[in-house]
Formats: sequence, C-alpha cells, structure tokens
Amino acid sequence: MGKLFLKGNEAVIRGAILAGCKAYYGYPITPASEITEAAAKYFPLVGGTFLQAESEVGAINMTYGTASTGQRVMTASSGPGLSLKQEGISYAAGSELPIVIVDIMRGGPGLGNIAPEQSDYNQMVKGGGHGNYKLIVLAPNCVQEMCNLTMLAFELADKYRNPAVILTDGFIGQMMEPVELPNPIENIPVKNWRVDGTVVTKKNLISSIYLDPDELEEHNIKLQTKYRKIEESEVRFEEIYTEDAEIILIGYGIVSRILQTVIEEARAEGIKAGLLRPISLFPFPKNKINQLADKAKLLFVCEMSNGQMVDDVRLALNGKKPVKFYGRMGGVVPTTQEILNKLRILNASLQNEDNFVDSLTDSYLKI
Amino acid sequence: MVKDILEKPESFYEIFERKSGSNKLTTHYCPGCGHGVIHKLIAEAMDEFGIGDRAVMISPVGCSVFAYYYFDCGNVQAPHGRAPAVATGIKRAIPDSIVISYQGDGDLAGIGGNEILHAANRGENITVFFVNNAIYGMTGSQMAPTTLIGQKTTTTPYGRSARNEGYPIKVCELLSSLEAPVYLERVAITDAKNVMKVRKAIRKGLQNQIEGKGFSLIEILSPCPTGWGMKPVDAKNWVDEVLMKTFQLGVFKDKTAEAAPEIIEQKEFTSDEILKILGASKNGSDFLYDKPEVKINYQNPRIKISGFGGQGILFLGQLLSQSAMRSGYYTTWLPSYGPEVRGGTANCHIIISNNRIGSPLGAETDVLIAMNLPSLDKFENDVRKDGLILVNSSLISRNVKRNDVEVLYVPATELADEVGNTKVANLVMLGAYTAKSKIFSHDCVLFTANETVKKKEFLKVNEEAFRKGMEYVLNNKHKKIKNTIL
Repeated sequence: MGKLFLKGNEAVIRGAILAGCKAYYGYPITPASEITEAAAKYFPLVGGTFLQAESEVGAINMTYGTASTGQRVMTASSGPGLSLKQEGISYAAGSELPIVIVDIMRGGPGLGNIAPEQSDYNQMVKGGGHGNYKLIVLAPNCVQEMCNLTMLAFELADKYRNPAVILTDGFIGQMMEPVELPNPIENIPVKNWRVDGTVVTKKNLISSIYLDPDELEEHNIKLQTKYRKIEESEVRFEEIYTEDAEIILIGYGIVSRILQTVIEEARAEGIKAGLLRPISLFPFPKNKINQLADKAKLLFVCEMSNGQMVDDVRLALNGKKPVKFYGRMGGVVPTTQEILNKLRILNASLQNEDNFVDSLTDSYLKI
Repeated sequence: MVKDILEKPESFYEIFERKSGSNKLTTHYCPGCGHGVIHKLIAEAMDEFGIGDRAVMISPVGCSVFAYYYFDCGNVQAPHGRAPAVATGIKRAIPDSIVISYQGDGDLAGIGGNEILHAANRGENITVFFVNNAIYGMTGSQMAPTTLIGQKTTTTPYGRSARNEGYPIKVCELLSSLEAPVYLERVAITDAKNVMKVRKAIRKGLQNQIEGKGFSLIEILSPCPTGWGMKPVDAKNWVDEVLMKTFQLGVFKDKTAEAAPEIIEQKEFTSDEILKILGASKNGSDFLYDKPEVKINYQNPRIKISGFGGQGILFLGQLLSQSAMRSGYYTTWLPSYGPEVRGGTANCHIIISNNRIGSPLGAETDVLIAMNLPSLDKFENDVRKDGLILVNSSLISRNVKRNDVEVLYVPATELADEVGNTKVANLVMLGAYTAKSKIFSHDCVLFTANETVKKKEFLKVNEEAFRKGMEYVLNNKHKKIKNTIL
C-alpha cells in the first residue's frame, strides 16, 4: 500500500480510527487543533461520533461517558487543556476506564506560548490529578509513530483498563512525514464490565467512589498491582549506537531526533556516544538504563523542559553513574550544534579522567 | 394504589447490596428528604415504560452520589457537575439507551453550570432530574446557587446577600431561552397533589427520551430538613410557603407535541472501506518514481522556504516532500505554525535524505528558497558554504551578499504572471529547483502536483509555471539579477 504524507496530528486520527475508536470529543487549542479537525472530518465518515465539546472539562467527561459503554474513545489537547482535563483523567483512572488522551505539548506555564516544549512530563507521567494513579504514557518521535502508537495506546488501555496517553510536542504534531497506514484492528474484545444499556450489563457499575477506607485501600492496592504488571510487561524503547557507548544520551520525542543527529556527528568525531530513546515514559525503561550504565561512564539527558524526565533517570540509577542534564525551555528547540558542544565538553573531561564531569552542573543555556 | 405505594418498584434493587452497613432495605436519605420520594417516582416510571434494562443512571456528587445503591439498571458515577457531559458520551455511543442524569443544585447550577447549559443547548436526547433544595446537603449545609436571599447556611451565616453572593439561579427560566430543549418544568415535593405533578413530569421527561424527542429537564423543589435545620413537616411547608415564591412552579418550555423524533442510523464499515476513507489509495504513493543520480553537493538537502503568507510557501514545501516520498526518499516537512503564518511571514523546513532523518530542523540549511526580501535577509547566513540559494528576483532587488554559495536568480513572480496567475510563483521555483538539483524527475513532481492540487482548473497553469521555472534554469538565464525593481 502506498504511503500518505501526513501531519503528526492527522496521523493520530488515522491511527485512532484504524484502532476501532468510535468517538472523539475535543476542544480547539494550538498546536493540537489538527487532531480535532481531522476527527471532525473522518469520524462521521466511518460512522463514529465527533463532538466539539463546550470545554476541555466537557470533552474529557464525554470521553468518560463513552468509555463507560465499552467503546474505544479519545480526546486530545495541549498543556493548558490537559490541566483542565486532570479531574476527569483521575476519575477515569479511579474507575479504570480505558481512554486515550493525546497531549501535544506547548510552552508553559500558564498561557505560555504555542511553541514545542516537553514540560508536561510530570503532569502526564506522574499523574497530574489527585490520587495514587498512573497513566500509560507513550512518546512518539515521528509521524508514523503518531499513527502506530495511537493504535497501541488503545490496545494497552483496553488490556489494562487504564487511561493511556500519547505525549509529544508541537513539532511532532505539526510536522509532516510519509506514513504507511497499518491494517485496521479487527475483533476488538467485548468488555464485560461495560454499562451500555443492555440487560447483560445492567448490574454493572462504573465508579471511583469507595467510602470505606479499607475498601479504598484495597482498590488502590489493586491499581498499584496493575501498574507493577505494566512495568514488567510494557516497557518500550529504542537504542542507537549504544553497544560501545561511553556516553548515553537520553531523550524522547523531538529531542530524540535531534540527539540522533548529534550522535551521528559526534561519532564522526570519534566520540563514543549512543542514544536511548524511551518510547514508553510510563512504564519507564529503568532496567535498560541500568544495563547501559553498567558499561557507560556517563549519562546525558536532554529535554525541552526544566528537567523532568531526568529525575526518573536519576531514580533509576540511584547514583550509580553521573547523570548530566541539558534543557531548553519556553519553546526553544535546542540545535544539534549546541548539544554537540556540550557533549564535546563532557567527553573531553571523561577522556582526561579528571573530576571535571562532577563539577559540571546541569544547564539550561547555550554553552 | 395502596399496592403501588407500599411495594418496591422493580427498577429498585430488592436488597441494596451496594449500601454499606447492616440496613440494606432502606435508603441512606434522612427522614423527610425529597430524594427518596423522587427516586421512587423515577423507578416507578421506569417500571411503567419497561426501560430498566436499557436505562443508564448517572449518579452525581452530592447526597444522591449513591443513587446506584438503589436503581436496578446500568449505573455510572460522574465527577461533580459533569453528569450532562458523561450522559452525552453515553447517549452518543448508545443511542438506544435511556440516559438519566440525576443532579442536585450545587452540582447542576454551580460547578456544572457549563455542562448543563451546553447539553441543553445541543438538545441531547437525555432526561435530567434536577433536585433543587437550595442547599448543599452532603457537605454540610453550605450555600447553593439556588439558596434564597437571606437564607442562612454554614457559608452564609448572616444570610445570603445579593450584593456578596448574587441571586438564586432559576435554572428552568435560564434554559428556556435556548432553542433546543423540548421540555422544561418545575415541580415540587410537597403535598399529594404536587407529588402527582412530579410523577407526571418525570414520566413525560422519560417518554420524550424514549420517543427520541430531545432534551428534557425536570426541576424538583425538594425538602432538606437536615440541611435547613427543620422538622420534616416544617420543611415541606417551607417549600410550599417560601421556596416556591422564588422558584415558581410551572412548565417553562414544552415542544413535546411538535418535536420530531431523531433517527440515528448506525453503519458498520469493512477494513477496506475504512482504509479507503482514510485516503490510503487516493493520495498514497502507490506509484513510485526512480531516484535519479544526484550530484553530491545536492544530495540529502535541508531546505528552507520562506516568503509571505499567500505565496504558497508551505504548499511548495509539501510538494517537495511529497515528490521526495514518491521517489523513495526519507523526508520531513516542518512548518512555522500558529498566528504568525496568518497574514505574516511563513516558512518551512524540508529535509530530503537517503537515510533515516534525525532532527527535522537543522541550524544550517543546504538550500534556501527566498520568495521575498525579508526572507533573504533573515536566512541568507544560515546557508552552508557551497549551498544553494534561489532568489525570487521579481520581488528581491538585491544580490546575495555571500560569495561562497551558488545563487539562482529566478523572476518567479513575473514568470507566474506570464502564465496568468501570480500565485503559481511557487511552482516556478519548484521547477527551477528541480532543474538545478535533479533530485527527482520532473514527471514525479508533476504527478505529485496533480495529485495534491484540489482545484483541477489549476492543473494546467501549475504545469506551465513548473516548466517555465525549469526552462529558465536550463537555459542559463539565472546568472544575474534583473534590475527591474529598484
């Protein structure tokens, strides 16, 4: 089959429909609006529901309603919209509803700007709403993955009865690349827990309220057990040039693409750098990072944020190897050159075997 | 009648197993509370219509948060105020279900004001039972949006003041200004006569939904003896004597007679049909062109295209990328996006490569296509040594300042005018770049342009413009700037 040339945001909706998603509820926001626009165009054509909600709050709760009936359903937005959706996301996590949420990150805090940032990592990966919950979070770095990981998000959401998130940035949402459409998912299993106005489901209840503390603790333990299982089974990542790498660069989304170019240039200079790209941010590839750290001398995390994922890298390593961080904020996309310069300094200090590495602090600005 | 009153409706569970504690036969509501009566009237109506199997009850946050203890039907518990949105999601998914949104006054008129307004305005085919007791019962008698002026609550200890808290919100009156709602009525749980009216209104609200007529909301004034600090009898009297003065009973909207039933067709699609709808065969690169031999200096270009809005900058970039895709290259297209592209400058960054592409945005570019002067000023220095700059010499009156790059001066706008449409200057540049770089065949570009352009009357003019650009370069006319504009 031939390839299509699509925006990342458009590919999300292709993936959703191919995954059997039946309904989309959204509210416009740059740089995620093309998702809602594509949904408005395609959902009616395939017999699905599209509705522009009155607000982000409305959208997530409509999503909650459709998910209660057992149908595949999604919503999408960008940072400010996700902040508004957090209430509904917490309820969906508590009620164990499989919904898919897309976050095309933009600059924050507050109104910030519409340029790409990665500052929603904590909000989405750590659970931005109230309560002890986790979301499954996938981080595409190309348009093909916007389609494929959206499909995977629906599968994982159903498999674990848990909300799943596509977390990426304005660049991946806005850029166009060739996409090969996968075959539609057929035979989606029927959910026995659903409430869909039929006699077989009338005894079912979708709820997150457990008034008795013992019962609520039991429910929480059940959720935590599920999250451990997800951590055991669903870790996804990509490695480039890690085999002999002394410095492991770690980045996700658009940053991982920039790092790939950095590493290609660094290798040409003889710097032994490799890339670990987490594809699943929860579950986080903790074990893989540990394995790579056994051989590597240094880990170097780049993000378009104040350093959010780097906390997870440091937790995973627990001081085993030095971890350095470089970040840009406000929608500034780091150039390959500025990261390469930083990498050269780190590498030089490693080769000289001095303590310079330890004295290098995390930085946000151009070197 | 006696039997009716004493027997539990079938739409109630026989035993309330979900309820905690030892008493699983009665509700958790306080003596004299209106919720129990309203629940029973709803359950009886469900029995009469035989909709227990199809019904989905949405429990809100408030005293009726545990409605699912009692109703023997599908139950969904919603966040505070969001029941109309949750109801929308259920009803849209399962049009055949009977969706009941049961909400209190804080839930519906306070935190959920937006959700109810828009669900009503969309005319969602749902039934809303709005229990108005002028107070937040569950959280301990705080002020509600419907609390009366002067009424004392734990958050209006000196009485509600219009100056500080505004006036009680009259939901039926408010919603009656909307076009879509079919039926809005306010009733009250007081004496037997009024209770019969409640019964009738509940039935009508459900019947409307069963018949597909649209949005119904029944506001029920209801006593809250605990919240008001009154005996049950006094509370009922207070509804009659005080509450009803502000919230007058009556029908505020009734389009039941003329509302046409909504007919929803649901169709299943095969995988092939879905793929076709998603454009798999229509715009796909089913047809691949051969990659030509490309001179090393022109291989794997990182291209910046820049100009002002309306010059087709982003589209030119897409044609380049799509031609690359059809020739078997990896390619990325990255736009400048947001408000700046509306009426201002526009630029995009394209990479075409034999290898998997890392960063879609290089700090350096290999090729700059500058369609106006600000673009040349801004991006000239980003071009690498021995890179290529295409200058729209119709609009750019200066020469490129650098002498370490290759420059093509193409009067793209004038050549476009010659074929009769200024807007195809982008296609002229595409022709010029294709002729120079030979990165893909001109057949491939023309095929791509024809596939991509929506209005077929532009096909010919596009092709002419493309050929003009190619010929201009192939005939070596591009060496010097034309000094036509000063």
